[in-house]
Formats: sequence, structure tokens, C-alpha cells
Amino acid sequence: MISMFRWIVVRDLTLAWRRRADVLSTLFFFVIVVSLFPLGIGPEMRLLQSIAPGVVWVAALLASMLSLNRVFANDYQDGTLEQLLLTPQPLYLVVMGKVLAQWLVSEVPLVLIAPLVGMQFGLDPKTLIVLFVSLLLGTPILSFIGSIGAGLTLGLRGGGVLVALLVLPLYIPVLIFGAGAVDSSILGIDPMANLYLLAALLVLSVVFAPWATAAALRISLE
Amino acid sequence: MLEATKLGCIRGARRLFRDLSFSLAPGTCMQVTGPNGCGKTSLLRIICGLLAPEEGTVTWQGASIYSMGEEYAQRLTYIGHRSGVKEDLTSVENLRVANGLAGFELTTSDARQALAHFGLSGREDLPSRFLSEGQRRRSALARLLTNESSLWVLDEVLASLDTAAIKIIEGLIEGHLTKGGMAIVATHQELRISAGSFQRLELAS
Repeated sequence: MISMFRWIVVRDLTLAWRRRADVLSTLFFFVIVVSLFPLGIGPEMRLLQSIAPGVVWVAALLASMLSLNRVFANDYQDGTLEQLLLTPQPLYLVVMGKVLAQWLVSEVPLVLIAPLVGMQFGLDPKTLIVLFVSLLLGTPILSFIGSIGAGLTLGLRGGGVLVALLVLPLYIPVLIFGAGAVDSSILGIDPMANLYLLAALLVLSVVFAPWATAAALRISLE
Repeated sequence: MLEATKLGCIRGARRLFRDLSFSLAPGTCMQVTGPNGCGKTSLLRIICGLLAPEEGTVTWQGASIYSMGEEYAQRLTYIGHRSGVKEDLTSVENLRVANGLAGFELTTSDARQALAHFGLSGREDLPSRFLSEGQRRRSALARLLTNESSLWVLDEVLASLDTAAIKIIEGLIEGHLTKGGMAIVATHQELRISAGSFQRLELAS
């Protein structure tokens, strides 16, 4: 079981490495969207600080939408998804492996660079750390929830827009607690409550989302 | 022993077949023929458990394949007409990944050997997108050589293969049948299988 999980993750990481441009485009999208705001608003520290949490988090949500379509679509087209459904392992684990790989490839670079782009908003070091931690806890939730939408819209024309309509409303709690944690750190309040709630959401999504995605995939492949 | 009882299939608004029953004993190869669109692929997908039949059941050694789940998947190798080859991976990588996911660890040298058997030596380390359609299919079929499942379900795999490759496949199926395996092959082409027993299922449109 562990070895097959490893095979999926290694396979997807290898494929991502061979298609580096796709991965980098998500990262640059995030960096550019976040950077547009300080450029557009100008050096008004107070205003920038107060919009920073929302802007960074919304950019992270949008960037994650960009990579979602790729999670299953390529495997669906070349028939490897059928093969994954027929592996002698629970489909739950297959989905887990694919989502983990997607997170490592598309979200982790974004989490790592977030403190750097956050500096444009004049955030203090402590708040940058909170931003980093909130994204570290929040982005896997985005990957897990997003995989449900990606599974459901597999093989549909115009699936990209549909995924956004399905998934973005489900992202709202993550956005509220994620941005809330950064917000409270800026205001000098303890951000732990928000971070704990994010962690709770993460646990929930790890347990339930792969199961829902597995069901969605079975329906889409019929 | 694989048994299908009174299978019925509806795709879209069309009924493809109904009351379809057959059984497959160890050492038997079944060729599924019929005009385009008569439901060959649907039937094969039902046998694999990818598609739920409208009516009827499929059982393996007496147990329903839906209750067996992963245990049934272990007995089965399915190669569909979308061959399941990743374009960005080399043939060796494709073969090793496919085996790894099916639960067999395959060394690089074993993978090379299997690919050489299919006439792909010298091209093992080329990303599959540089291979021709027939070569890609050969590299997908190399899985038959490296795994130990007892039921092979092959959907239109002979398309775009040359006569030499078809000979190799026929040889593999014969070897598989003599070991007590079973094979279900959907194809329009003539299959020459001299080992084991052979049956034909013809679907009408």
C-alpha cells in the first residue's frame, strides 16, 4: 500500500518536473496578482496593511484554481486514470497520492514565496510568519476540496469555469480563517484561534475529501 | 472462473444489449466481435467493474466483483483503446509505474527485457510522445509480460499493430492460457490461438 502510494507521488512529481512551465505559470500568476495591488494603490502603508491578508489569500485561491484542472484531466485523456481506478488498492489512497503531489508541486512554492511578496504590503516579521503558517495549513485544504470539483467536472466541456463555480464557494471558510489569522496578527491580537480552526478544517478535508473525490471519479468515468 | 449473467447495458438513450450471459473457464480465450457501436467496449468495461451494468451481474469464482473490490482488481489486467501510456514518461518508466501501481515491483533491467521482447530495444529511454502509435501500443502491451494477473481484458489492442506484433500478442495469450489464465479480447481481426480453448461472442447491433 505504501509502495503504491509512493509510486503515484513519484510519478506525478516526475511528470510535473517534465512540464515545469505549467508549474511556474501558477507561481508567477500568484506573484504578479499580489504585486499589482501595492503598485496600483501606491505607498499608503495603513491601507496596504489592512488589505494585505485578503489580497494574498484571494490570490492564493485563484492560483490554486489554475492548477486544479490538471489534477485528473491529463490522466483521463490518456487512459491512465482508468488504470488507476483498477489498481488493487483503495481509490481513496490513489486520490490522496495525487492530491499530495498536486499540493507539493503547485501550492508549496506559493507558500514559500508568500512572505516575500507580503513584504510589499509593509507587514512586520511576526505577521509574515503568521501568513506563512496560515497558507501552509490552508493550501492543502484548497487542494483537497478542489480535487472534488476536478473529479466531478472531468470530461465536461468548459469544465474550467464550472470547477471555479463549484469550488470557490467551498473555499470561503478557508479564506475567512486564513485571512482572519493574518488580520488579527496585524491588529496585535493572538492569531492562534484562527489557525486552530484552519487546522481543524485541514483534518476534516483530509478525512472526507478523498472519499468524495473517489466517488466523483467513479461517476465521471462510467 | 468468470461468469456474467443476464447483463444489460443502456448508454444514453440506446439499449446496447440485454440478457447477455457467458462464462469463462480457466485456460479459455474469448473473442468479442461485432459492428462498431454495438457495445464491445461497454461490455469490457462492465467486466472490469468500471461501468455498472443496467441489469445482471458479473461474478468471479462465485463472488460478485462489486463486493470483491480491490481483490478483483488484483486478478485483472485491462488495456483499453486509450492505452494508458504517459507521453512525458519513457517506456521503461511507464512500464515500471504501471507495474508498481498494480503491486509488482519491476527492476529497470526487467522492464528493458520486456520492452525488448516487443521490439522496442533502443527506444526504451525515449519519452513516449516520440513513439509511433503502434510503438506506444507495444509499450502498453509489455505489461502483459510482466504481471501475474489471471484475467486479461484487451480492448481493440490489435489496432495499429503490425503482423509481427500481433504474432507476439497471440504467443503471449497462448502462454497465458496454458498457465490457466483467461483472456477476453475485443477485436475485428482474426485471432489465431492454438492453445487452450477458444470461444467467440458476437454482439449484434
